[in-house]
Amino acid sequence: MNALFATTRRDLLLALRRKSEVLTALFFFVIVTSLFPLGIGPEPALLKKIAPGILWVAALLATLLGLPRMFAADHQDGTLEQMALSPAPFGLLVSGKILAHWLVCGLPLVLLAPVLGIQFDLDAGALWVLTLALLLGTPLLSLIGAIGAALTLGVRGGGVLMALLVLPLYVPALIFGAGAVEAYIAGLDIGGHFSLLAAMLAVAVFFAPWATTAALKIALE
Amino acid sequence: MTDKSHPIARLLFHFASPQAFYPLAGKLIPWFWALTAIFGVAGLYISFFVAPTDATQGEAYRIIFVHVPASWMSMFIYLVMAFWAGIGLTFNTRLSGMVAQSLAPTGALMAALSLWTGALWGKPMWGTWWVWDARLTSELILFFLYIGFIALQAAIDDARRADKAGAILALVGVVNIPIIYFSVKWWNTLHQGASVSLTKSPAMAQTMLWGMLIMALFFWMYSIAVALMRARAIILEREANTEWVKHAVD
Repeated sequence: MNALFATTRRDLLLALRRKSEVLTALFFFVIVTSLFPLGIGPEPALLKKIAPGILWVAALLATLLGLPRMFAADHQDGTLEQMALSPAPFGLLVSGKILAHWLVCGLPLVLLAPVLGIQFDLDAGALWVLTLALLLGTPLLSLIGAIGAALTLGVRGGGVLMALLVLPLYVPALIFGAGAVEAYIAGLDIGGHFSLLAAMLAVAVFFAPWATTAALKIALE
Repeated sequence: MTDKSHPIARLLFHFASPQAFYPLAGKLIPWFWALTAIFGVAGLYISFFVAPTDATQGEAYRIIFVHVPASWMSMFIYLVMAFWAGIGLTFNTRLSGMVAQSLAPTGALMAALSLWTGALWGKPMWGTWWVWDARLTSELILFFLYIGFIALQAAIDDARRADKAGAILALVGVVNIPIIYFSVKWWNTLHQGASVSLTKSPAMAQTMLWGMLIMALFFWMYSIAVALMRARAIILEREANTEWVKHAVD
């Protein structure tokens, strides 16, 4: 477990020294969500209806922006190979990197989403549901995304290819994440959505680092 | 060294070598094409001339003779592809990856055909080309998964690495397909979008069912024949600098 947190700490330090990369993805999230009212029109009722979907799709895309950075730099300077050779289990180190990615790319989105939700006239309850859904959903996005990032490591046109691989797999998270907020606004029970998001997260926590490790080993051969 | 393994296992191991598989596939391909032709002619004859006109849907329903088998094949081929990909990953056999790679374009074609014929059927039946029905949506996502698999394999130059990376993607996809299907289904019922039901179709006439089954066999035979031909081409391409390929071609 120490190895996991050491990796996370290292990646967080690296991210803090290159703040602009983190902030770029965050501002991308802000700009994309602000573009929709400009394209659709300022009608509050319509904006309120489409807000959960827009915020979730923007969060998916913003997470995607940070994914290529997860392994690329460490692959280039050989750190990743040293990690694979180290006595600590490689899967644990990879989990640490995924955790760091979520803390850098996912958590800020969760904190920022309620502020952006106000733009769409969501009430306080809906904002809470949105934040909680993103809190459960964004780690899932980081975990699934890590598989895509590992598979496309060092591959021609990796970034676009990764989007092609990862986005279809994001569909369930999008459906239940945005669905929770929509259900709350419609006055329906939201327990089911949260249970399913948490269940998918539990499955992904177990399997995704494993698949990512297998994909990284192929890339390192 | 005497080989004590079961004769069937020995046979499988023998044909797991591309060199042994290549001539076997060559011998099988004409048979599968012949069966494709027989089932194709019989199936199309039944679906166009024998099967009665549907009481409620008229002549336009006949598109299901293509649509349903294509949808079946698109789902089944993904499973077969993931199976061979998994075998290739665990046993490190070269041929498995080649088979998975040769199946992917046919699977993508079937998914595309299923979506297209579905749209053609939807227009006269529902008055719209597309509804966000659970089955249509999950078929669309399946099509995306095929495209991702093909794109990933095409982007990696080293064939062995492409096989392994594709195998992981195919296996991740197989785990996700049921999750995607049920999430889309639930999403659909929650939204109550389309008022049409695909599941409550009226009871089918006996000849219609036979036509559909024979058409399904036609799609099976076609898929096998095409996948074998593609596998042979892939074997030649990858083993181009070996001695046996030089003799096999001339």
